[in-house]
Amino acid sequence: MADSYDVIVLGSGPGGYVAAIRAAQLKLNTAIVERENLGGVCLNWGCIPTKALLRSAEVFRYMRHAKDYGLVAEKITADLDAVVKRSRGVARQLNQGVSHLMKKNGIAVYMGEGKLTGKGRLSVTAPDGKTSELTAKNIIIATGARARDLPFPKADGKRVWTYRHAMNPPEMPNKLLVIGSGAIGIEFASFYNDMGAEVTVVEMLDRIVPVEDADVSTFLEKALVKQGMKILTGAGVQKLDIGATGVTVAIKARDGKLVSDEYSHVIVAIGIVPNTETVGLEALGVKTERGHIVTDGACRTNVEGIWAIGDATAPPWLAHKASHEGVIAAETIAGQHPHAMDPRNIPGCTYCHPQIASVGLTETNAREAGHEVRIGTFPFIGNGKAIALGEPEGFVKTVFDAQTGELLGAHMVGPEVTEMIHGFTIGRTLETTEAELMETVFPHPTISETMHESVLAAFGRAVHI
Amino acid sequence: MPIELKMPALSPTMEEGSLAKWLVKEGDVVKSGDLLAEIETDKATMEFEAVDEGIIAKILIPEGTEGVKVGTVVAMLAAEGEDITAIGEGAVPALLPAPEIADKVATSIPAAVPVASSAAPAIGASRIKASPLARRLAEASAIDLSTIRGSGPNGRIVKVDIDGATPASMPAVAPGVPAAFAAAVPSIEPDIPHEVVKLSNMRKVIARRLTESKQQVPHIYLTADIHLDPLLKLRADLNDGLAERGVKLSVNDLLVKALAAALIEVPSCNVQFAGDNLLRFSRVDISVAVSIPGGLITPIIAGANAKGVAAISSEMKDRAERARNGKLQPHEYQGGTASLSNMGMFGIKQFEAVINPPQAMIMAIGAGEKRPYVVNNALTVATVMSVTGSFDHRAIDGADGAQLMAAFKRIVEKPLTLLA
Repeated sequence: MADSYDVIVLGSGPGGYVAAIRAAQLKLNTAIVERENLGGVCLNWGCIPTKALLRSAEVFRYMRHAKDYGLVAEKITADLDAVVKRSRGVARQLNQGVSHLMKKNGIAVYMGEGKLTGKGRLSVTAPDGKTSELTAKNIIIATGARARDLPFPKADGKRVWTYRHAMNPPEMPNKLLVIGSGAIGIEFASFYNDMGAEVTVVEMLDRIVPVEDADVSTFLEKALVKQGMKILTGAGVQKLDIGATGVTVAIKARDGKLVSDEYSHVIVAIGIVPNTETVGLEALGVKTERGHIVTDGACRTNVEGIWAIGDATAPPWLAHKASHEGVIAAETIAGQHPHAMDPRNIPGCTYCHPQIASVGLTETNAREAGHEVRIGTFPFIGNGKAIALGEPEGFVKTVFDAQTGELLGAHMVGPEVTEMIHGFTIGRTLETTEAELMETVFPHPTISETMHESVLAAFGRAVHI
Repeated sequence: MPIELKMPALSPTMEEGSLAKWLVKEGDVVKSGDLLAEIETDKATMEFEAVDEGIIAKILIPEGTEGVKVGTVVAMLAAEGEDITAIGEGAVPALLPAPEIADKVATSIPAAVPVASSAAPAIGASRIKASPLARRLAEASAIDLSTIRGSGPNGRIVKVDIDGATPASMPAVAPGVPAAFAAAVPSIEPDIPHEVVKLSNMRKVIARRLTESKQQVPHIYLTADIHLDPLLKLRADLNDGLAERGVKLSVNDLLVKALAAALIEVPSCNVQFAGDNLLRFSRVDISVAVSIPGGLITPIIAGANAKGVAAISSEMKDRAERARNGKLQPHEYQGGTASLSNMGMFGIKQFEAVINPPQAMIMAIGAGEKRPYVVNNALTVATVMSVTGSFDHRAIDGADGAQLMAAFKRIVEKPLTLLA
């Protein structure tokens, strides 16, 4: 006899568990299926544990710069094992938190590998081999994604790592190559650089963090090089040989020359692959594009009763996008009519040093979309609080439509910008123009004043520059 | 707190209007979108829609009042549960039309209260919820926010609502579209996989007006076949001669002129049904249906009967172009005495168009195609098109309609008349 539910969520990452909670809040009888850890990659192997690692790196960096603040800190060393242990502890705490949330909301949890066996039917194989048959009118696919591997030698976990090995490393790398300069690659590059490794980043495109505004890429590259990192853009890895003492990598540089070098370790961060192959989608005829499930604004797939959210679907592949889609899917299933998400209102954050945060269109995108733009840029060096913090690096750039005053995008690089981008995100969601942003009183002294100044600068009114 | 219902500006140029008819009475419960009153301006009679919900507490301006200035409070709307008897009674200055306030204040309020502040918007004035960006976009395109229904949280008007809207309140929407816009839409969504597309303001107006037309206007349809070769030849000759002036006439331009000429010949078809009256127009303004992204709009060739075909052609080009860019001014698409809808370019042989109220006729033009054709009892091949007039039978009898069709046919078949 199959267990019957109103909604089954397959996958318990930030998309899946939020979808399950929202469905339960809407009085739907809900089950969630997870093959590994409640909370998914984000909480166990992604966003959160890496933030714990990066926090250690940040404290370590402050200690090294103690002198700048008039303090004395001698014989500073890092204990990588302890740093990783702290990170795992943070992940464990949150994992238990999700477990508690499932219980609190009366959501049935099935641990095991879930597979669609027919319309509205799902079979879960537990680690001990036992299977449970579940049925539900609505099934939400929230299986997420995993790291894309290189076509040549696969990540072995010893010398060649994916993000997953990199956050639980067998040893401290002394000479590290990071392939790919997206958020994941650049965060690990920043972490290991701070921890004392010699780090090289190789990026195929002509600039690092290529989804960000070009000015941000340029600034970040300079900042990272200043910190001792080596950055190769417009360069591709041609060959990779894992040896006993290290990895020999041949890189075709921008000028076409092939350069070989040996690294102690390599991190592969060249994107993600959706976890959609073993779900049983094909048999049901669920439409996918390059593995990613095709959905509409309400997260419906082309097959009735099958919904999909998060990394298993279209980009951006961000935890908060998955969570929001989870809410949209659950509410639509419950008969509500939530608004479809506007991808331009989804902020993106990268926790390298200095941090990057952005929302909306870049200057280039805005111009390509036919907007006549007004650009405002304000550097942190013009902000009293940033100077007091000893972190006057970076800037806030705002992009406005010159005709309508619409805030098209905001791009920040500098201290704690990831904690400030929501201000511009609220502005975009509420459809403010420059007028309301200018009229807003920003507290002094804060680094958020740079946001205000950037808006003023776009209209030739910046005060402290 | 009661909400003031103010005389709306139903077009960018409207300064005052007549309160022709109240469609609600005191004590009626209204919800957003309900029709409250009919407002007449110099141009047209338009509907005044409720934006907020509540109970009509007090009607302050009786129906039939003329020259009511825009912004004057015409009625008070109470929230459910509010004591409606207390509202509007006694001397509450804010409830009175602006001009009267000064007098009232002078006599009944201690002098310490500055007059100016009383004239300022009263607390509780109905607030339109709109994003700052939406407000700015609306202002830039002369769109009256009170005529737009917001799709944001709690009915907040957001950017997409403005993007879908057309300037001013009542776009004259062209007929000639398959009448697929039922007003009563099933509220249950089908199980079939689908995507939900928010209706633009234009789409909503099209749906509403075409439904009204089909429900309220008794249509009759008269079809005629017209020999098109003479007109095609004339067009070719004219275009030869006009090429130097940079004018290129389309068949449609000539048909606009032909319809205008026919309507002058048969004035009983250049009319409008207006309740107890019939309006007979002495000028012909032809609304021409133009398809634009997300709907259609009907730019008007005003006084087409008196214009030359070259003038009609260049005016049409300009208007169609600006219509597609959403740049038409309200007076360029509102009004018209009759419409023309041409689907010939889509290869449509014949169709019946929906009348565009308050107009009383529309001519639907099919494709000109080679057909067997009998001339002097001999079978030949000729270019023939089928045209169908839709007539408002309340205003136009079948025989009058037939006369118009005959006149139109004769003019098109002897097209030199167009140049006369």
